[in-house]
Amino acid sequence: MPIAILMPALSPTMTEGKIARWLKKEGEEVHAGDVIAEIETDKAVMELEATDEGRLAKIVVPEGTEGVPVNAVIAVLAEDGEEVAEVAKIDPATLAPAGAQAAPTAEQPKEAGKAEAAPKKDAAAAKAPSPAPAATPAPAAPRPAGRVFASPLAKRLAKEHGIDLSMIAGSGPRGRIVKADVEAAIASGAGRAGVAAATAGAAMAGMPDAEILALYPQGSYDLKPVDSMRKAIASRLTLSKQTVPHFYLSVDCIIDRLLQARAAINAQAPKDEDGKPAWKLSVNDFVIKAWALALKQVPDANVTWTQRGMLHHHHVDVAVAVAIPGGLITPIIRQAEELDLPAISATMKDLAARARARRLKPEEYQGGTTSISNLGMFGIDQFAAVINPPQATILAVGEGAPRVVAENGQPVVRTVMTVTLSADHRAVDGAVAAQALTAFRRYIEEPALLLGGF
Amino acid sequence: MADNTFDLMVLGAGPGGYVAAIRAAQLGMKTAVVEEKHLGGICLNWGCIPTKALLRSAEVLRLMCEAKSFGLKPVEPAFDFPAIIKRSRQVSARLSKGVAHLMKKNKITVIEGRGRLLGKGRLAVEKDGKPQGEYSAKHIIVATGARPRALPGLEPDGKLVWSYFEALNPDRLPRSLLVIGSGAIGMEFADFYHALDVEVTVVEIAPRILPAEDAEVSEFVRKVMAKRGIRFLLGAKVAKLEKGAETVTATVETKDGIEEITVERVLAATGVVANVENIGLEEAGVKVKDGVIAVDEWQRTSAPGVYAIGDVAGAPMLAHKASHEAVICVEKIAGVKGVHPLNRAHIPACTYCLPQVASVGLSEEQAKKAGRQVKVGRFPLIANGKAIALGDTEGFVKTVFDAKTGELLGAHMVGPEVTEMIQGYTIGMTLETTEAELMHTIFPHPTISESMHESVLAAFGQALHI
Repeated sequence: MPIAILMPALSPTMTEGKIARWLKKEGEEVHAGDVIAEIETDKAVMELEATDEGRLAKIVVPEGTEGVPVNAVIAVLAEDGEEVAEVAKIDPATLAPAGAQAAPTAEQPKEAGKAEAAPKKDAAAAKAPSPAPAATPAPAAPRPAGRVFASPLAKRLAKEHGIDLSMIAGSGPRGRIVKADVEAAIASGAGRAGVAAATAGAAMAGMPDAEILALYPQGSYDLKPVDSMRKAIASRLTLSKQTVPHFYLSVDCIIDRLLQARAAINAQAPKDEDGKPAWKLSVNDFVIKAWALALKQVPDANVTWTQRGMLHHHHVDVAVAVAIPGGLITPIIRQAEELDLPAISATMKDLAARARARRLKPEEYQGGTTSISNLGMFGIDQFAAVINPPQATILAVGEGAPRVVAENGQPVVRTVMTVTLSADHRAVDGAVAAQALTAFRRYIEEPALLLGGF
Repeated sequence: MADNTFDLMVLGAGPGGYVAAIRAAQLGMKTAVVEEKHLGGICLNWGCIPTKALLRSAEVLRLMCEAKSFGLKPVEPAFDFPAIIKRSRQVSARLSKGVAHLMKKNKITVIEGRGRLLGKGRLAVEKDGKPQGEYSAKHIIVATGARPRALPGLEPDGKLVWSYFEALNPDRLPRSLLVIGSGAIGMEFADFYHALDVEVTVVEIAPRILPAEDAEVSEFVRKVMAKRGIRFLLGAKVAKLEKGAETVTATVETKDGIEEITVERVLAATGVVANVENIGLEEAGVKVKDGVIAVDEWQRTSAPGVYAIGDVAGAPMLAHKASHEAVICVEKIAGVKGVHPLNRAHIPACTYCLPQVASVGLSEEQAKKAGRQVKVGRFPLIANGKAIALGDTEGFVKTVFDAKTGELLGAHMVGPEVTEMIQGYTIGMTLETTEAELMHTIFPHPTISESMHESVLAAFGQALHI
């Protein structure tokens, strides 16, 4: 049976792409896993891997073609024993209905670094389920984030039985989940919310919805649907708490000198016609800079744990949590250790504004080597934050407020800010984390050191 | 490839066979179709299409009779029976030509004659008893359709006792007609001839007419037609036919005893049987079970490389089911991805008598028998603005839902053009709708289709206009 090779969706939002280059010629043998083409999107060039074996019977979309819609047939593969010439004659459009089911998988973007390539869960999810109707659909690996296509009846049945639709494979047109798939999942026990969490890790954990809802009388609550951001937060942080061994270190930082420096610097800012100062540094800008320099000084804390080994990051990319309605997002200040304070301040203002407008590009909030979460403005003294995987650290910053401290055996009032570092113990040991936090305190308490090189 | 070797050959050019041939040709296969009589099969020539032409004449005639009620000056309604029949034949001829054109356009070889399987992908064709040649094909699809069932003693004789062939092209308009069987064929002819002032009696062995439909539908249609003057004998059986020169006397066993009915013509509409004889099924190793060719969900028979679609592959014997099986069968052969087997629960059925009947899915009774808890909605057309404006309020819409899941299990409609509307529910069922999506669907006003919405609302106690 000839196999259609389709334009893959390389990201949940991708609708079309460009065939940058064909790496196989018509008639050439193809093995599963071979890179057969390069696909260019607005974000990156990615490699298209074959998932099936055979001979490349026909290239339908020539090299250099732009705007090729996702799931369009771009080539046809003849299977063993099939005449390449015969298969090439088949109208490719007739092979298309397989849709997303048959979409080949793509390598991770090159820019993300090949070493980082995640286990290919996507690949498993994208493979076509057997078209045989009698076969029980196998539980699929979790799909990539994004919309799950299911019939209304399938959705309702899934809800009633506590089935997580993202955990089951669809046998309907274009991989749509239909009633039969949900019934099979109910029968086999696959896709139960609890099972899902255990097998997938990334899924929302805990009790099945039905059990939760049973605890509260109907009418005593409003059930409001959640958006994809909420779901992403839920799954990422569940993953974090379930798989990352957290530990926590806290220090008090006296920030009177920092406040003085900040006041002095801001006072020097020239004003424009409207009386608006050219810069206005926030305490958080200093915190970002101090933490970036601390990690530069203690590079063993600027790492990421992977199964293959530890990633020692060359730069400190600081993700800063920004609260937005309905959730939060963490835009990233790249190479923060290299930036001066006005640059950090300006970048942060721009990112925060666009984060609130939900206008950030994925590359502006994906990645990062560490995070900062600051709840000082809400009057929080101290708290511990959940690590944002695959980062190894997150710094939780409390409010700087006057407190009585002992100095030379005497009680004095100082402005004190408590920071708590959460660290991934797989990647960062207590002593290393302590060094990093101590370095941070040194920078934040003596802001002159932030000038760099110290 | 030699001229008598094909990728795919189809036996029979009805709505199953010719569609299979077109799809195969579209998919790049060298295709031939073998047809003994006429392209388009029974459907186009002696079934679906010509009967619709006749019923259209009956409908216009009825409207003429009702002209006064629309504020029109009454005309003297009259009809020209031979002209009505001629029009019906012309409609069929035109469509049959259309099929011939489609075959040509798709470069499908049409072989005239009767095909016979020889086994191992070979096929012989003969015409008028003379061999026409031997062919071979990788895939052979049997689409030989069905023919009128001949019950012992009630066999059509081509003159006094009709099958649908004679009913479609009679020598003259009889004064009285006895219709045996009240399925779609029986009811459509009963209605047509009654519209032309023929005295019509319908004998049905089941306790209700249109036995395949929901019981409420049967009762509604019976009442309407009985009121119009058609006589129904239900739970009754024709035991004997005694033929005279121009009349037939039928002995009918009814609940109340034996009744003798003398009519000018009898129409035997007691169903159809599959054409499984003399096409070499045995030689080719194709298994026949219960009178039809046994197939799997991809229309494959017990013989490798041989497939069967349409009436010859089993009930429901409907043209649209045949065409759909044709496409599935051919696409599966061609290895098209994403082909799904036909869902038998979603095959709509239509009867074009007045009032029209259309249905899809389970009747209320069937749903209950299947152990489903049901919610049933009903909406009468008497409460529908458009139906009142049309002066055509005889009908209703009934919907059957699963009470637990909200799945639409069945829909049953009686009334004007319901045959055009049933596909709304069919689409919904194919997309696995629940009541929620149907409730949220906006139905245009004013249309009879609003009753489809109201029926859904009614099933959940939310109907607005009743």
